[in-house]
Amino acid sequence: MISYMPYPVRIDDIVVETEDGNQKSFKLVFENEAHTKAWKHVAGQFAMLSLAGQGEIPIGIASSPTEEDHLLFTVNRAGKVTTALHQMTIGDRMGVRGPLGKGFPVDTEMKGKNIVIIAGGFAVTTLRATLISLLARRSDYGKITFIYGARTPGMLLYRDELQQWAQRGDIDLHVTIDREAPGWDGLVGFVPTIAGQVAPSPENSVALICGPPIMIKFTMPPLEAIGWTDDQVYLSLENRMKCGEGVCCHCNVGPTLVCKDGPVFTRRQVKKLPIEY
Amino acid sequence: MKVFKISPAELDTMIEQWNKVHVVYAPAMEKQAAASPDCAPGWCRVDGSAALTLLPLLTGPTLASVKPFFFPQPETLLTYTLENTRPDKGMMREPERSKDMQVVLGVRPCDARSVLLNNLPYQEDQFFQANRQRTALVGFICDQTLSTCFCSRMGGSPLDNEGLDLALSRAEDGFIVEVCSEKGEALVTGLELAPAPEGDISALAARRNAGGNPSATELDSLKGSELGTLYDAAMWQSLGEACINCGACTFICPTCYCFDIQDEVVRGQGRRIRYWDSCMFPLYSLHTSGHNPRGQKVQRTRNRFLHKLKYFPDRFGPFSCVGCGRCVKDCPVNIDIREVMDDLMHLTAVE
Repeated sequence: MISYMPYPVRIDDIVVETEDGNQKSFKLVFENEAHTKAWKHVAGQFAMLSLAGQGEIPIGIASSPTEEDHLLFTVNRAGKVTTALHQMTIGDRMGVRGPLGKGFPVDTEMKGKNIVIIAGGFAVTTLRATLISLLARRSDYGKITFIYGARTPGMLLYRDELQQWAQRGDIDLHVTIDREAPGWDGLVGFVPTIAGQVAPSPENSVALICGPPIMIKFTMPPLEAIGWTDDQVYLSLENRMKCGEGVCCHCNVGPTLVCKDGPVFTRRQVKKLPIEY
Repeated sequence: MKVFKISPAELDTMIEQWNKVHVVYAPAMEKQAAASPDCAPGWCRVDGSAALTLLPLLTGPTLASVKPFFFPQPETLLTYTLENTRPDKGMMREPERSKDMQVVLGVRPCDARSVLLNNLPYQEDQFFQANRQRTALVGFICDQTLSTCFCSRMGGSPLDNEGLDLALSRAEDGFIVEVCSEKGEALVTGLELAPAPEGDISALAARRNAGGNPSATELDSLKGSELGTLYDAAMWQSLGEACINCGACTFICPTCYCFDIQDEVVRGQGRRIRYWDSCMFPLYSLHTSGHNPRGQKVQRTRNRFLHKLKYFPDRFGPFSCVGCGRCVKDCPVNIDIREVMDDLMHLTAVE
């Protein structure tokens, strides 16, 4: 039964992720041990962050299910609830309702495959969750390619982890920024350009692409040119949501409910939908 | 199924009996519609003495549908305090909810059916289900229909008792009472009612048979048609131009069920509530970024009709419309869903 009751959680840590201060990561721990155990999610799912007096917002879960003792959400300050959340401090109490929606098929279609992850801007959050999930069972997957771009070095999320991943040797990591910047000796160029240069083979592969619509639009042609098909590509949609449980109707894209049928869809599924997202 | 026959005086007594132990509502007459502080617009509390005179045993749908009894406006989902001195500040609590049985009189077959349809998306919603548990529908099958009625076209019938707990129909010198559910059974337990004479029962059955098979609908071809054919139709343009997105159709509609959730804090005491929303409003789909997937009027108008006639049936089977005709009657720019259906049917026939 749907009760709309969030789990009580406490903010355990806050990290300001970006140089503009607009992205903060919130590490949340459950107040009740039983809830820690009850919570089971899959990378790619989302949850409602609940602030008493402010409301709820649907946010992708940035932590992997393998990080068992806490949840991580990276939140862009944009509206009423996110602004209130950005003003909260460590130790403050709030709520989490979820997990909601369908995640990436890490335990099914992705198993045994080469995985190509392409992320732009702060859409990287659920892909961080995915990568950590994959790394926890690294031998279940083939080659992992991770392409991630942001406007500037200071707008990259999870910079410490990016460095760790770069040193591992079992991830083909490509981190890029839009324009030259002082002190940056990594890749420069938009994500679609880098994806075209990396040209990951579609053979026995699955791609997960999250980013601004314009990035996705320009990333697809270079991939299609080397044989990628719409069934191999997973995207994640977002729409305004209220219940997150398939009842309130807000997030519908034609006959499809983003909260219930998604947010993760194959590109083939997305192409069949009216453009209402 | 038990069938009784009662006189008008017995109906009055029945209602008085229910009123002693339950909360009893009846459809408000036009003039009373806004004057009932303790219940939803279009309904009023029955005070025992004048029960029968409150019942508009006329024709066509009641002023308001039964939606507010299952989906109250607003419904409190949870409560909390924001007072700084309180140790439980910000902690979410289950709301206190009435467990009183509510009996709704004068319910039309179309509205009874709407509850069954709304139950499909609300199957797992504990608030809707709790309200269903505590609500008994005492209906009147329709003597006559209005020019705006089209329940038969949507797979219903003016004579149906589906979804009702007690179904009353007019007979000579009184009413036939069909007991349609356990809740209905409970309502007549302890009342000394006479079984209906065989002649009245067969007369009712004959009326129903004369109505034909309501479950076969010519509209079913819409269900099998390609979404693209319906979605890309040119007709939405002119319809969207006429529609002023006032949302009236969605609020009076018994099967429009979408909602918004907001936090409301008054003097430090907060509650999270849900209330009726409308896909006719631009805010409904607006992203925080400013992007709006249905930013144009025509997109919103199309969404309402396709939700009822395509999206809902694709997911659940039946159409999300019972043909009560309230939207036809009350649309300020005379948009008629029957014409929309005709146009869509024509499209699929061409296809």
